[in-house]
Amino acid sequence: MTKSSKLDRSISRRAMLKGTAGAVGLAAGSGAITGFPYIHGAEPKVLRYLGTAVNEGDEISKKCLEDTGIKIEYITATTDDVTKRVITQPNSFDVLDTEYFSLRKLVPSGNIFALDAKKIKEFDNITPVFTKGQLPNGKKIGDQGTAPWKVLYLEGANSKTFSKTPTEFVTLIPTVYNADTLGIRPDLIKRPISSWTELLNPEFKGKASILNIPSIGIMDAAMVVEASGQHTYADKGNMTKPEIDLTMKIMTEAKKAGQFRAFWKDFNESVNLMASGETVIQSMWSPAVTKVRSMGIACTFQPLKEGYRSWASGFCVSKAVSGPKLDWAYEFVNWYLSGWAGAYLNRQGYYSAVLSTAKANMTADEWGYWMEGKAAVNDIKAPDGTILEKAGAKRDGGSYDDRMGAVACWNAVMDENDYMVRKWNEFIAA
Amino acid sequence: MTQDRKTFVAWLQAAPMMLVFALFFLLPLLFVTIVSAWDYNEYEMIPAFSLRGYTDTFEGCIADLPNLCTILKTYLNTLKLCLLTWGLTLLIGFTVAYFLAFHVRSKTWQIVLTLLCTIPFWTSNVIRMIAWIPLLGRNGLVNRGLEGAGLIKQPLEWLLFSEFSVVLALVHLFTFFMVVPIFNSMIRIDKRLIEAAYDAGASGWQTLVNVIIPLTKPGIVIGSIFVITIVMGDFVTIGVMGGQQIASAGKIIESRLNALQFPAAAANAVILLGVTILIISALTRIVDIRKEL
Repeated sequence: MTKSSKLDRSISRRAMLKGTAGAVGLAAGSGAITGFPYIHGAEPKVLRYLGTAVNEGDEISKKCLEDTGIKIEYITATTDDVTKRVITQPNSFDVLDTEYFSLRKLVPSGNIFALDAKKIKEFDNITPVFTKGQLPNGKKIGDQGTAPWKVLYLEGANSKTFSKTPTEFVTLIPTVYNADTLGIRPDLIKRPISSWTELLNPEFKGKASILNIPSIGIMDAAMVVEASGQHTYADKGNMTKPEIDLTMKIMTEAKKAGQFRAFWKDFNESVNLMASGETVIQSMWSPAVTKVRSMGIACTFQPLKEGYRSWASGFCVSKAVSGPKLDWAYEFVNWYLSGWAGAYLNRQGYYSAVLSTAKANMTADEWGYWMEGKAAVNDIKAPDGTILEKAGAKRDGGSYDDRMGAVACWNAVMDENDYMVRKWNEFIAA
Repeated sequence: MTQDRKTFVAWLQAAPMMLVFALFFLLPLLFVTIVSAWDYNEYEMIPAFSLRGYTDTFEGCIADLPNLCTILKTYLNTLKLCLLTWGLTLLIGFTVAYFLAFHVRSKTWQIVLTLLCTIPFWTSNVIRMIAWIPLLGRNGLVNRGLEGAGLIKQPLEWLLFSEFSVVLALVHLFTFFMVVPIFNSMIRIDKRLIEAAYDAGASGWQTLVNVIIPLTKPGIVIGSIFVITIVMGDFVTIGVMGGQQIASAGKIIESRLNALQFPAAAANAVILLGVTILIISALTRIVDIRKEL
């Protein structure tokens, strides 16, 4: 299907260049798309955008259409299903928005196409978090797990090997990232929480929860194990078999003792558990904390002394994309990094890849609250206009440098992934 | 000659269904079985013969004795949930069907009341399950009510995210699958048989045990097949209501699929299919449905 429509399009483009009525007639006669003679600009620029619901805001696609004329068609799936789709149906999407940790599966499959850094206008302004693993002020950040700078470059255009030194072939053009930690209900816990060990504290028996996505859940578990001094991992994102056994043993004991109320898998489940008071401490995502808070329920995205587990995502295209579609993809990615979308993401509590352009699209007060850890001067509003925080509030965890600077590890796919998934099933069955 | 033609016509009549069956059921099943014996790596299936999917699944089944291995534990648990759900849906389903068939006289009311049984299906599966949380949760209606009545001091934790809540949701969802076939069997019982039993001096209980139950056996078996096959393969209900903490055969397949380990998932699917077929064939051994229909 895709092939034939591409052929039609190339015919109609040629027709336009020749500009002769006969050729136009031929193109129309050959059933080119609409069957009408080609008019420049009449063919809509459409990109199919595969990703998780987290980044697929209607506002973004609306603004993009307004600014660039590119119509974004969202294909929404869960993290696991996005990966599955890239592996099994590479023709079913154009632009892919995915996380860096899945690259260890996607790149060897050969189904994605690395973008050319030279065609990305703001590439040199992308935060050094992605390119060098350090903050803009030069501070190095944690590199355990599949940190983005380890998988950012390929050795060549069609290479399946990650390059250790910068090249122009970029696996994913960075867009959004954040530092995750535990969410807590301060009104029900009524005391300060400062360490990951609290997740397994018997005080919260039957009121704790973790993520039921094995590759992410085990990282949170590892943060707990390390915080409680039971083991220090060489790399939490790439455990050895004995380390997986140890981690799962500790988690299994906690599960059998009834520590966990439930495990959650999607955004809304985590919001429900926390808002209903079923759990008081659990691994959580930033916008979920915001959502609980917007329901009028106290919820804190608690900074912990052992640091954050971080994640990052970005754009690439399907290997099936070429010709004008590839140009639109570059146009779209360039638009995405040009500031409006970045400001939109920052206002949700995420971080944008190009800080300078996002800053230009935010008020000084917004920038101060979200990025610099300052008290809000006026009420802080969500992108849709609802009030998130009253004037005077400060962001949990403080500034960008405080939060990203305290990252301990990144979401990862381990070498022993197969073994880990089996152990996770054993844990669930225990 | 006419016999041949009759057979031919019969085959022709069955052909569309056979074709659909072959294309959308047998063929995919064949693929799943083939893939289950393939090898795999992080991101793709490797079409080379390997029983890794199976051996991994039964890992530790002998070494860990007398402790049960993951797969056995999972299946025992799934079977337990299945048995509880089956027993309860049968009891409730039979009672409801009995009421509809023998106590509701008018056909209109029978239809209206049967339609009422479909209410749980008017909303999506996920919404139906989420609706239990404000009811059974720690701060839910039931706990609030009991506390208000002074019956309990601490909220009951086992109401939600437990085997209790899983079975409750499954029964709520699938009783209808019992009601319909049993009702269908009951409605076809010749009323004169019941009158005859009454005239012969049978008590209500004797009529039920000796006349009605034997005659509704096909309905019971068909309903049981529905419920058992659905519950054996279910992972969504068990996942949500069990707080993702209760293992099920379907859940293992799901987590393997999510890790892109398709052959391992296929192997587990073949095992699940085998177990389910065993249960169903045992059931049909007890009652020959084809003879009874």
